[in-house]
Amino acid sequence: MENFLTQTLVYLGAAVVSVPIAKRLGLGSVLGYLIAGVVIGPYALSLIGAQADVMKFAEFGVVILLFLIGLEVRPSMLWDMRKAIFGFGGTQVVCTSLAIAGASMLLGLPWQTALAVGMVLAMSSTAIVLQTLDEKGLRQGPVGRAAFGILLLQDLAVIPMFALLPLLATVAPQTHGDAGGHGGASLVAHLPVWAQGLSVFAAVAAVVGGGRYLVRPVFRFIAKARLREIFTASALLIVVAVASLMQIVGLSPALGAFLAGVVLAESEFRRELETDIEPFRGLLLGLFFITVGAGVDLPLVARQPLLLGGLVLGLMALKFLVLYGLALLFGAPKRGALAVATALAQGGEFAFVLLSFTVGAGVIGAPLAALLTAAVAVSMALTPVAMILYERVAALMDAAIPDVVPDTGDFDESEPDIIIAGFGRFGQITGRLLSSNGFKSTVLDSDIEQIELLRRFGRRVHYGDATRLDLLRQAGADRARMLIVALDDREKTVELVETARKAFPNLVILARAWDRRHAYDLLANGADAVERETFESALALGATALQKLGFRAHRAHRAAAYFRRHDRRMFEELRPMWGQEEAYILASRDAAQTMDRLLDADLHRMRPGDAGGAWDTASLDEELRERAQQEGAD
Amino acid sequence: MSDATTGSVTPATSGLLLVLAHPALERSRANRALAKAAKSVSGVTFKDLYESYPDFVVDIETEQAALVAHDVVALQFPLFWYSTPSLLKEWLDIVWLHGFAYGEDGEALKGKKLFVACTTGGSAKAYHAHGYNRFSLDEFLRPLEQTAHLCGMEWETPFVVHGASVKDDAALKSEAERYKARIASLLPARAEA
Repeated sequence: MENFLTQTLVYLGAAVVSVPIAKRLGLGSVLGYLIAGVVIGPYALSLIGAQADVMKFAEFGVVILLFLIGLEVRPSMLWDMRKAIFGFGGTQVVCTSLAIAGASMLLGLPWQTALAVGMVLAMSSTAIVLQTLDEKGLRQGPVGRAAFGILLLQDLAVIPMFALLPLLATVAPQTHGDAGGHGGASLVAHLPVWAQGLSVFAAVAAVVGGGRYLVRPVFRFIAKARLREIFTASALLIVVAVASLMQIVGLSPALGAFLAGVVLAESEFRRELETDIEPFRGLLLGLFFITVGAGVDLPLVARQPLLLGGLVLGLMALKFLVLYGLALLFGAPKRGALAVATALAQGGEFAFVLLSFTVGAGVIGAPLAALLTAAVAVSMALTPVAMILYERVAALMDAAIPDVVPDTGDFDESEPDIIIAGFGRFGQITGRLLSSNGFKSTVLDSDIEQIELLRRFGRRVHYGDATRLDLLRQAGADRARMLIVALDDREKTVELVETARKAFPNLVILARAWDRRHAYDLLANGADAVERETFESALALGATALQKLGFRAHRAHRAAAYFRRHDRRMFEELRPMWGQEEAYILASRDAAQTMDRLLDADLHRMRPGDAGGAWDTASLDEELRERAQQEGAD
Repeated sequence: MSDATTGSVTPATSGLLLVLAHPALERSRANRALAKAAKSVSGVTFKDLYESYPDFVVDIETEQAALVAHDVVALQFPLFWYSTPSLLKEWLDIVWLHGFAYGEDGEALKGKKLFVACTTGGSAKAYHAHGYNRFSLDEFLRPLEQTAHLCGMEWETPFVVHGASVKDDAALKSEAERYKARIASLLPARAEA
């Protein structure tokens, strides 16, 4: 127990110290974890003992990652991506395997070993790639999709590799029972081939069928019990159960988890599962990266620095070239191909698994396996560095194209009236309205895909995190009249408003607010005006609903307009209380109370008759009727 | 957050309520000059309808309260198709309601003055039985005059600026002075009452 606590202390301590520092230095969190691992590893400070247990635990992080990815993937989307997955992905695995095998043979390995090395090293690291792309904001969009397709196919390819690798044995296998490492922990290995196949089929069927017909009623039952921790526990249970099942039948646990995720992607519990599992993903992946860092055999590196360095560089260069060539062949633009090739040019976590398997199966000797393990670990550690290099090169490429404004270069020929931070679905509309009315705007956005697209249309857009004061200043914030904040991130929006208010007191700041509470926060932090992003569209939908319920169009429009005015008055009335004595009422856990209050006020103020029924007053009808009777009587 | 009440001023307890309706005030030299002159008179509450209600959703309660709080109601507008701009008509339709402005129980405006200040594009000659427009401006303003009558209000002689868009700066300046004097002349009468 004491040992466990000490270990936890070391891991958490290392992560807490190194990751924020790495982030601050612009290295990204993955590199932070890896460095933490190297530092506390057995070959440096040696603060952790045998880390095999931790390693297994950490690999579970990859399983969870795949589960979460699966949740995001609808089967129709997989079908749309079939070209990326099977075309690009399959070709990549085959070509990379052969290229590395060829290079290994040139270095004097027998062909069987060379081929095994090729297959092992053809894998890239799902965890590192996806995490790195996430941090760069490249996950969505063509680069992210291509990378994801390849990674998915690689995970699939592990299965036939387990079958193929033993055939390449050149020496008698070591103890057979040990043969598996992770993949070989299969309980069905001793069964005849047809039974193995059947059990694989049964396991997949169990995951799909269970996900469709069993999990949802169970979740509904648990959800009714309103025990959050039990819901989290059952979410974890699913992942662990699926992973174990896959291991039993000899499939990749990560792939099983992915499958389970896809099955549950359409379920109503998807969001809940995501939010519950997400924290585990981050922590366990962090742990995984630490163990990779700790696994870098420093003495080995010290003994053969040149050999190892050569191996790492050779590996990355080969993978990069193959990927780059293939990406171009599959029609990617140069920048995109460069990004994909750089991101995927490392060895993957499956290499560790496959290497121990091949050693057991007598395909690769233990010394070579140790060397390759170190090479893969170092290549993983170098990936975030390579991505930083890529960004530099990409910036240079942009600078080389004359009519494209450099990302961080000077903005000075532009004297913008307006700076728009964030040019997504909200910022675009505002921006288009303003520019079509003759205002010059400078756009800051951190979505490189979006920027590439806009630049093709000749728009002035700049890559960058708008919360950076220096970038704002470069974009002309001290000369511009207005800043429009339309970032997708709630906290960042507040942060940017606050920063800009302090630095540029004369700037008019308008911000897109998430909801009422966010709007109050933004106003409190110096925004001159805010617009709740969903307010107008929700109102429009409400008006449409009234029409569909039988209101005439003009009456529905007026009802919505009255509601808008009423709501804005309520907004202003409640505003002084925000953050003061009644803050608790508005705070999230008492949102229901606020809602009651608002609904009550609506009911009182918005009663029928007030809302636009001005012309058809009943009193006029009555008076006219009375007059008619009198006239008739006269 | 845009505010629907922008442009309206807190109602005074008495005085003149100047209701301006011009959908393109930025292009109207005459109406800008007139409004500026009128606003400088003390006791005038200025209300710019197109600025207050860009969505045409007039706030009945606010408007009725403003009407009640003033003794003189002045309507300033350019003549559009021989009538008021549409938002001013909407404002009348929706605010001057039965039971408030007219009808058996509608006495809120009784005894108040209704004053119209109107600009036209054409020359004075065009508003004549033998002119281009075949009727005098007074005839075109009959609906408003009758509105005042129905509501028990005193109908003041309208203030008219013909050929507003072709007037030079000097001419506009003298019209503005004339307008200012007229507005001021409406106020003391109230002070005596």
